[in-house]
Amino acid sequence: MTKVKDSKSVNGGAGQSLGSRFMKQFDLQMMAIPALLLILVFSYFPMYGVLMAFQDYDIFGGFFQSPWVGFKHFQMFFESPEFWYVMRNTLVISGLRLLIGFPAPILLALMLNEVGHIGFKRIFQTISYLPHFLSWVIVSGLIMSMLATDNGSLNILLAKLGNIDEPINFLSIPEYFWAILISTGVWKEVGFSAIVYLAAIAGINPDIYEAAAIDGASRVKQIVYITIPGIASVIVIFMILDVGNILSAGFEDILLLAKNPILQEVSDVIDTYVYRVGIKSSRFSYATAVGLFKAVLSVGLLTIANAIARRMGRSLW
Amino acid sequence: MMHQRTDRVMIFMIYFILSVSTFLMLYPFWNSIVIALNAGSDTAKGGVTFWPRAFTLQNFEVVFQDKRLMNGFVISVLRTVIGTLSSILLTSVFAYAMSKKQLLFRKYYMIMCIVTMYFSGGLIPSFLINRELGLMDNFWVMIVPSLISVWNMIIFRTFFLELPEGLEESARIDGCGNWGTFFKIVIPISGPVIATLSLFTAVGHWNDWFTASIYISNDRLLPIQTILQQVLSSNIMTEQLMQTNAAAQSHLSSMQNVTTKSLTMATMLVATIPILVVYPFLQKYFTKGVLIGSIKE
Repeated sequence: MTKVKDSKSVNGGAGQSLGSRFMKQFDLQMMAIPALLLILVFSYFPMYGVLMAFQDYDIFGGFFQSPWVGFKHFQMFFESPEFWYVMRNTLVISGLRLLIGFPAPILLALMLNEVGHIGFKRIFQTISYLPHFLSWVIVSGLIMSMLATDNGSLNILLAKLGNIDEPINFLSIPEYFWAILISTGVWKEVGFSAIVYLAAIAGINPDIYEAAAIDGASRVKQIVYITIPGIASVIVIFMILDVGNILSAGFEDILLLAKNPILQEVSDVIDTYVYRVGIKSSRFSYATAVGLFKAVLSVGLLTIANAIARRMGRSLW
Repeated sequence: MMHQRTDRVMIFMIYFILSVSTFLMLYPFWNSIVIALNAGSDTAKGGVTFWPRAFTLQNFEVVFQDKRLMNGFVISVLRTVIGTLSSILLTSVFAYAMSKKQLLFRKYYMIMCIVTMYFSGGLIPSFLINRELGLMDNFWVMIVPSLISVWNMIIFRTFFLELPEGLEESARIDGCGNWGTFFKIVIPISGPVIATLSLFTAVGHWNDWFTASIYISNDRLLPIQTILQQVLSSNIMTEQLMQTNAAAQSHLSSMQNVTTKSLTMATMLVATIPILVVYPFLQKYFTKGVLIGSIKE
């Protein structure tokens, strides 16, 4: 009953004060306020805490009384020997993901769409979606086991083919790391990422295919001239999103696969660097500055990406 | 009929590539099962690929008798159940309020939520605040900071907005307030969306190893994924077992054929079982979930 009154008071309750209107819907407000408080504490407090990038944070001073130092930590990062390889790794790994990890699910969706045998298709999908739901800990464990020197299947295979005389410790050789990282990512996500493209393909009007078939177009031609253009807009949107996220080159996967310190110079990206100097070495202000540097660049990149998307007729937000 | 031949070649190639991919997808799982079922001392000789050479269940026996691992399993179950139930309850209640037009300040609340989807304080400030709040070495660090998911709230809200208004009227006439209407009318008809979001939240909880790895140092509070991560990175499982568990120690000395590698594989499989159990349900729901997500984007 109170509800009916409430809606009236919103529509025509100009005479009532905000306070009394608030008290009238107190039970409704109580559904929202605890959640908002949690968001305030766990999302907004840390946003305020970002200011420590401009401080020399110490535990006793906390966020409020630590001394201000301006851009000192940013300057330290730019001048540090790590800066160049961290930026290079971030961009190279993201670039490789765009080059290989991005087209892989599109190709898979195009191939799956040509599969007429429903049973085969279903089995393939069931198997290829599974790794997406496993933790990176499990996936890295499987990969480490495949690449191991003791009974690692890859080494067994290479030995059988006569290519190697003794097992290779793949995860301790910097030259192999990017390839391992990218293929692991594809292995884990390719099936699941293909779902969106399969859905987009399913949305294409079947009449178009029929008309093309009557005109004598082969399946190959139908893929090139109907299916690919039909999902082009979805591809573009995801591509723009990926470009906007180019500074997030990976985190869990890199932490778990690059355990060997030898790999640091090829594996450290901005996010893992923040973790390493911040959590492991407790250089809180410095790590926050590095994180903020990334966040500012990312907002810029996303804004540019969105401007491009808008020009193409689809805004991201 | 030239193009019929190219079509047939293409279809053949596709089946061939997909078959090879199926093998590549499946083999790491298969091989880890084989290693877990093979005597460790035998695996150490190498060459164990498709079939166990010296079949044994000892690896699993040791895993199930190891108190540290089993404690981790219990912690994982607890955090998954408590974390999922509390998060889904709070988030859906929040979403219900946000679906009501008469909610004062609704627009501001919404802006407050949306902002968090684009900006965050990042790892270090969150870490320091959680530490200030006394969440170090505290079970609740795995639950409380992630209680509200703005993403899930928006999905719930979209669902609630589409419910016919007449449904709630009857409860209102019976004198139910907002809370009563929510629990008596809205929750019972929201089965599918609750199931979908619960499954995804639960998988997220089960798979999260990172939170515990930075906040928790007390062994008794570590979830199985974090223990497994430590085992994998140090690869000194035998030593760890001996330090923490006398029973396992005596077992190990009596069973020389259990090795680090065979134990790790068995532990990984045990940690994967819950995901395999819910996987059929996940598969039923996730296509929908992904589509909701992509529409939002």
